[in-house]
Amino acid sequence: MKKGGTAERKPFRPFDLALAGRNGVKRFFHCFYKIEEEGWSMEKMKVEEKRGQKTKMNGALMLIEALKAENVEVIFGYPGGAVLPIYDKLYDSGIFHVLTRHEQGAIHAAEGYARISGKPGVVIATSGPGATNIVTGLTDAMMDSLPLIVFTGQVASNVIGSDAFQEADVVGITMPITKHSYQVRDVQELPKIIKEAFHIATTGRPGPVLIDIPKDMTTLEGEFDYEQDIHLPGYQPTTQPNHLQIRKLVEAVSQAKKPVILAGAGVLHANASQELQRYAEQQKIPVAHTLLGLGGFPADHPLFLGMAGMHGTYTANMALYECDLLINIGARFDDRVTGNLKCFAPKAVVAHIDIDPAEIGKNVPTKIPIVSDAKEALKELIHQEGKPGDTAAWLAQLEGWKREFPLGYKNDTHAVKPQKLIEIIYELTNGEAIVTTDVGQHQMWAAQYYKFNQPHRWVTSGGLGTMGFGLPAAIGAQLANRGATVVSIVGDGGFQMTLQELSVIQELNLPIKIVIVNNQALGMVRQWQELFYEKRYSHSLIPNQPDFVKLAEAYNIKAFRAKTEEEARTVLQQAFALKEPVLLDFHVAADENVYPMVAPGKGLHEMVGVKLCEESLQ
Amino acid sequence: MTVNNRPGVLNRITGLFTKRHYNIESITVGQTETEGISRMTFVVNVEDERTAEQITKQLNKQIDVLKVNDITDQAIVARELALVKVSAPPSVRQEIYTLIEPFRASIVDVSRDSVVIQVTGEPTKVEALIDLLKPYGIKEVARTGTTAFTRSSQKAAASYKTAFII
Ligand SMILES: Cc1ncc(C[n+]2csc(CCOP(=O)(O)OP(=O)(O)O)c2C)c(N)n1
Ligand SMILES: [Mg+2]
Repeated sequence: MKKGGTAERKPFRPFDLALAGRNGVKRFFHCFYKIEEEGWSMEKMKVEEKRGQKTKMNGALMLIEALKAENVEVIFGYPGGAVLPIYDKLYDSGIFHVLTRHEQGAIHAAEGYARISGKPGVVIATSGPGATNIVTGLTDAMMDSLPLIVFTGQVASNVIGSDAFQEADVVGITMPITKHSYQVRDVQELPKIIKEAFHIATTGRPGPVLIDIPKDMTTLEGEFDYEQDIHLPGYQPTTQPNHLQIRKLVEAVSQAKKPVILAGAGVLHANASQELQRYAEQQKIPVAHTLLGLGGFPADHPLFLGMAGMHGTYTANMALYECDLLINIGARFDDRVTGNLKCFAPKAVVAHIDIDPAEIGKNVPTKIPIVSDAKEALKELIHQEGKPGDTAAWLAQLEGWKREFPLGYKNDTHAVKPQKLIEIIYELTNGEAIVTTDVGQHQMWAAQYYKFNQPHRWVTSGGLGTMGFGLPAAIGAQLANRGATVVSIVGDGGFQMTLQELSVIQELNLPIKIVIVNNQALGMVRQWQELFYEKRYSHSLIPNQPDFVKLAEAYNIKAFRAKTEEEARTVLQQAFALKEPVLLDFHVAADENVYPMVAPGKGLHEMVGVKLCEESLQ
Repeated sequence: MTVNNRPGVLNRITGLFTKRHYNIESITVGQTETEGISRMTFVVNVEDERTAEQITKQLNKQIDVLKVNDITDQAIVARELALVKVSAPPSVRQEIYTLIEPFRASIVDVSRDSVVIQVTGEPTKVEALIDLLKPYGIKEVARTGTTAFTRSSQKAAASYKTAFII
């Protein structure tokens, strides 16, 4: 149905519709679709006008050329039928491609790469199962605001919707877990789509953007023009702070007696660590970090309070509870940070700096909203040189808490304590390693006991808590910073979810040190069952394990096992001396719990397990 | 709310409502005066101001969403259309005609034992008519959902308990 059909529909008479029955309704939808197509061809005409003498090439080559134009240095991917034309052009493109052994590995590696490099991670997966295998990684990247460009193959346009071989509605499946997504319907649109995708993924609040490419779109030819301007009227992130709100915050700081900054990964995304430190020092405001923010503020700084939240330090959590002014910079008040919202920061005026306006006021009522890039807002705040509040007494109180209630554990078993293990790693790497983790107890111990003094050294799955993240993420992290010491701290459970990537580590000879904190258990689950389910350890103990050392050897990777503190220190020293991958299987004290802990439903001031340090035998 | 008329936009929006656990009461979509741009009108049941604000912000985050206005507290023209099939043996037919007249509703289809009534107006008016018709035996109801405009002159704000987002 052409123009006539559209026109006919205009004097919309429900009478017709009712009488027309099923066919009529169908026709109606058809009209709607046609209108969309008209929109597309309009765009096309505009593009055509602009385009000068550009080279013709097929869609697959356009993709490669676009990636070159974006200075992409590595792609993580896995081939398959629908992306064969792309892989063919990749063959002699000169772009470095890492063939992971599972698509989930590819996308987590891309996340690790993005987290360390600050650049978008690029992923290619084939249609159907290739694409569905990246769903976890997309969700993870969406939750933790990591910039990714993900290309998925799709069956050819003419069979979409027919349940063709390896067809999956990937755009539909991934809609809620991407910042934006496209399906290419005209090869001429491809360069524009890729350019927009890079822009959307890396600006504002970063996130994953998916481009679904039907196979015919990679073989059809079009003219490649990557010089077009990006025109996205519906996407205009605010990066500069509102002056009035900045003034309000400056005033509030001057009046505050008990201010505290809660800094999240927004500080890292904005590269604003230096500004954060300068501002905190200028105004004498103590800083607590979220799990994902660690490294944004130096851990050895006197104003640092530690991590806040479910397994945060006593001082950080009590500071959030007692403060009269809470300045959130680039954190989203996740429930693992706030505990029970009813008793979160009950006495505080809340200020929130976030590039995503939807995060402000979402969970916590906010008096001073500042929609801005963290760096821009901090620069402005420093520039204001407001009068610092009278915080001496508050800082003294916090100092007292830090001294009285530090993190602690009893070092009283023959088997090495997992906390001790992390401390040794910290010591042997001078606190300078890039640490990636999986999810569980070991993750919390790494966050607590590896003290990050520098930004961009910490790679962990926060919002989604994705087991299987740690090992592939280390691959991406190492590729982003080839000179760095990368330690991947994983649990015996989570390691087994993506251990196939050992093969990539061996193949590329990435000198990653894989530390398995082996408690022969899904430790975090076991801990919750111990505390909240009367020690009914339902499917959380896994005494049946492969020999991890032999497993590594099967991949031609050196491996050691250690059970005591001395052995642990010895094998770690050996491992760090080697410029090659090493797997270390540490049989740690198995029934250790992560403390302090804010039990689910409790407020941050209701921590348990705070005083362990006092009985510490160290 | 105005959006780019791109494939999947409606999906994106309704998906967002599902994801964030918002209850859509009604939704209408159609083209605007500008080619390639559509207008959507939502009626959403919300518990508080904060939720309404969240919905607006979350919708705004969508790349294809150009503009979102929460017009709940503004003077608006809100209209809905409903088709109601009522059993109407000849004996009561005249009665039904008289009944619907004040509603400026019309009969758009007639069969031996039923009529189809078309009514347009504020959703409350549509509801009132449907209620009045119930005793005659309603066979089918089709409602379009509410579409709305803000009035050019903003005087007394009407108070609705549901939020209109357009
Ligand atoms: C994919 C996935 N499945 C399940 C969980 C739930 N979960 C959270 S922590 C945990 C235990 C992890 O065990 P392990 O990897 O051995 O680490 P540990 O807690 O023992 O240090 C589980 C099952 C999860 N986070 N991710
Ligand atoms: Mg374990």
